[in-house]
Amino acid sequence: MSVLVYTESENGKFKKNAFEVASYANAVAKQMGTSATAISFNAEGNSDLGTYGVSKVLNVSNNSLKTFNAKAFANAIAEAAEKEGAKVIILSSSADTKFLAPLLAGKLGAGYVPNVVAVPENTSPFTVRRTAFSNKGFAHTEINLDIKIVGVSNNAYGAHENSVSASIEDFRPSLGESDFSTNSVEIDKVLGKATIADADIVVSGGRGLKGPENWGMIEELAEVLGAATACSKPVSDLGWRPHGEHVGQTGKPVASNLYIAIGISGAIQHLAGVSSSKVKVVINTDPEAPFFKAADYGIVGDAFEVVPQLIEKLKVFKAQNA
Amino acid sequence: MKILVCISNVPDTTSKINFTDGDTKFDSNGVQFVINPNDEFGLTRAMWFKEKQGASVHVATVGGPSTEPTIRKALAIGADEAVRVNAVPTDGFFVAQQLADVVKKGGYDLIIGGRESIDYNGGMVPGILASLLDMNFVNTCIGLEIEGNNVTAIREIDGGKEKISTTLPLVIGGQKGLVEESELRIPNMRGIMMARKKALHVVEPIVATKATQDTKFEKPAAKGAVKLVDNVDDLIHLLHNEAKAI
Ligand SMILES: Cc1cc2nc3c(=O)[nH]c(=O)nc-3n(C[C@H](O)[C@H](O)[C@H](O)COP(=O)(O)OP(=O)(O)OC[C@H]3O[C@@H](n4cnc5c(N)ncnc54)[C@H](O)[C@@H]3O)c2cc1C
Ligand SMILES: Nc1ncnc2c1ncn2[C@@H]1O[C@H](COP(=O)(O)O)[C@@H](O)[C@H]1O
Repeated sequence: MSVLVYTESENGKFKKNAFEVASYANAVAKQMGTSATAISFNAEGNSDLGTYGVSKVLNVSNNSLKTFNAKAFANAIAEAAEKEGAKVIILSSSADTKFLAPLLAGKLGAGYVPNVVAVPENTSPFTVRRTAFSNKGFAHTEINLDIKIVGVSNNAYGAHENSVSASIEDFRPSLGESDFSTNSVEIDKVLGKATIADADIVVSGGRGLKGPENWGMIEELAEVLGAATACSKPVSDLGWRPHGEHVGQTGKPVASNLYIAIGISGAIQHLAGVSSSKVKVVINTDPEAPFFKAADYGIVGDAFEVVPQLIEKLKVFKAQNA
Repeated sequence: MKILVCISNVPDTTSKINFTDGDTKFDSNGVQFVINPNDEFGLTRAMWFKEKQGASVHVATVGGPSTEPTIRKALAIGADEAVRVNAVPTDGFFVAQQLADVVKKGGYDLIIGGRESIDYNGGMVPGILASLLDMNFVNTCIGLEIEGNNVTAIREIDGGKEKISTTLPLVIGGQKGLVEESELRIPNMRGIMMARKKALHVVEPIVATKATQDTKFEKPAAKGAVKLVDNVDDLIHLLHNEAKAI
């Protein structure tokens, strides 16, 4: 009756969130007096999961699962849960995992709660705290079904070392043709670039930047910081930046350690999507911009003066602190 | 092609969120309700299939009588008929079972839902629905083309996008990108008049399981005042030494 955790990898390497959900699963397993078992697909370095408290890894090596496939992955995880008798399944909040989670819930007849920010408050009844209303509130949610699926918010729990030695077992889920009725044809993604979902730092630009030709300094600032780039909704609607960079209530949520908002006023829909970020910095010419009320640090000033200075000084800072 | 667009009735994005009854319920007092933005993109894409490929478009909502203005708005935008399942939608698993019943009875080929409802952020109804009906499913869908039974969908992934090939019957979780912002339609007078005459079927819920229950809500803790600095050296110093963010 272990706790099962799906640890995501990309090109064989575990994603950062894999260690976060592994740590979370270990904490839940301890609460329930059991142990954490992970399932991974074509991942190298499975024993690393032991560092975060996972005592057993079900390792799926299967060439037809090299590319993520929501239905096939969901069915494999369901089969692993049945085999292990797992009643609690821990998932991340990545786009892929949010794709498979409801399929898994349907398949197992399980109760699924996404956006969970802490370890369960109680395991009987099983109760978790999660964000709701696009970060404008929190809910305490009870799961009433036998099998519980918990989606952990990015960066909410963190990775915690708790070394055990992990045994690794080959697991061959019985997948058939019907599991592959939805297939990836082409993936368009810049490899090695930080994404809004997993970057520690996100640098975001708004309409205050006047036009797409001024994004060079945003990209440069992001590069110095190893950050992902994002933007407000009108910026993507105007075609200055791709839709994938739009953050906020109707765009991508941001839950980074540091969010730097440049020339963004801080409309309620924007704040709703980014307020889970731990530290928020605002650079805006208007001292009355609503974003200052939601920020930790701010500079009232012109982005075209402040950002180039910030880039230069950060380069010096990085060289000294390398 | 028969399309069902699942519409969730949600507080307008500008709403202030408050709770009532000892913080056990969302306080809808003074709140304006709208078509969930993710569903509005889907409905607009459905209109394209209606106008260009002769599809028929129905909408479905699981909700009480208070959701009818939102349903009428969807009809005014151009949906042909509506179904309202008369139940309070407190749980995604429950809602998905109700919609599965609507789909079985209506025989739809394409079910368009949204990536998430912006109120409870469940992000689960379309996926559970697909699983219950054993239909194909594409989430965070930002592009959809259909030729006969063959579907090409684009899905947003972390850091990029993915092209997917699949077939009908299909459920999608749609979002912005499915159509451009400028393609969204504001109902005109004629649409509003016609919507009054369109069929809005009210059906009673089937017996179904509830998976989860929100027992209490709270608002985020109040934020301390912003620290304003007037030069970048101070900012870097604070971010490094105080916030430990760089
Ligand atoms: C249904 C709905 C959903 C929405 N969802 C979202 C969402 O998900 N995300 C989102 O972002 N928005 C969303 N919006 C839009 C939102 O209401 C705002 O319109 C939007 O966030 C404003 O973007 P902005 O801050 O870039 O532009 P503006 O509001 O125009 O602000 C520009 C800011 O730049 C500052 N500025 C100007 N010049 C400079 C300079 N030289 N240096 C520094 N600062 C400068 C100005 O003082 C101003 O504060 C939504 C709206 C609706 C109706
Ligand atoms: N009460 C409801 N009635 C009809 N459709 C719904 C309802 N709730 C959710 N949906 C659909 O499911 C999508 C995702 O919602 P959710 O799982 O609640 O985040 C929404 O965008 C709608 O398309």
